[in-house]
Amino acid sequence: MDQLHNYLLIASVLFSLGLFAVITRRNAVAVLMGVELILNSANLNFLAFSRFGGMNFNGHIFALFVIIMAAAEAAVALAIIINLYNNYQSINVDEAGQLKR
Amino acid sequence: MSSVLFWIIAFVAIGSAFIVVLNKNLFYSAIALVFTFMGVAGLYVFLWADFMAGVQVMIYVGGILVLILFGIMLTNRISSVNISHSNYHQGIGAVIVIGIFFILGWMILETPWLRIVEQEPTQTVGKIGRLLMTEYLLPFEVASVLLLAALIGAAMLSRKAN
Repeated sequence: MDQLHNYLLIASVLFSLGLFAVITRRNAVAVLMGVELILNSANLNFLAFSRFGGMNFNGHIFALFVIIMAAAEAAVALAIIINLYNNYQSINVDEAGQLKR
Repeated sequence: MSSVLFWIIAFVAIGSAFIVVLNKNLFYSAIALVFTFMGVAGLYVFLWADFMAGVQVMIYVGGILVLILFGIMLTNRISSVNISHSNYHQGIGAVIVIGIFFILGWMILETPWLRIVEQEPTQTVGKIGRLLMTEYLLPFEVASVLLLAALIGAAMLSRKAN
């Protein structure tokens, strides 16, 4: 628990799983969950480097901004997904081509 | 003792992330995502980032996850039982992702990381607040504009066109 590379390895596992969800899932909400996993792993890296690199809190600020971005991104993404569902009656990302028709 | 706790939390975070990615039922994936977020928040506590752990629990579990659950509910008919969607090209995806993971892990284990030994800080909230109000004041204000824009954009996109 006191080694930097433990945290980095956990973050890389989370990143790989998120990437797997993004490239293999068909459902747009599941793709969004994969993106959230990737953002979490990036945050874990920021905080780990902040903790083992002198604890000067710049990493905390970056992680805070990433969380703000994630909230905005989730809201807009879900609005787009609901719009897609109203137009196509499905949220398969392979079928979606247009937001409006 | 705390080392054991660390590995339990890490195991919970990673194991539930596997459920998020591999489970066919989307609703179970969303519930497993709660445990992943909580596990990551626990890891933040081990990194002396107690404020960030609180923010993680409040925004991710309390906000984003509720949004995702709403998304699942609104885009599936409740009467039709299967809220499931199978994965696509799983074999190729698994090969690519495992390759990326091994490259990342090799890089992490091979690099001689510089380590600066520090005392555990007595307070984190005050220092983060001071940085936000001095050095990072402009990004902080821009973030508030971004949130407003996202709010208006999401409301406009998701309303019914008439």
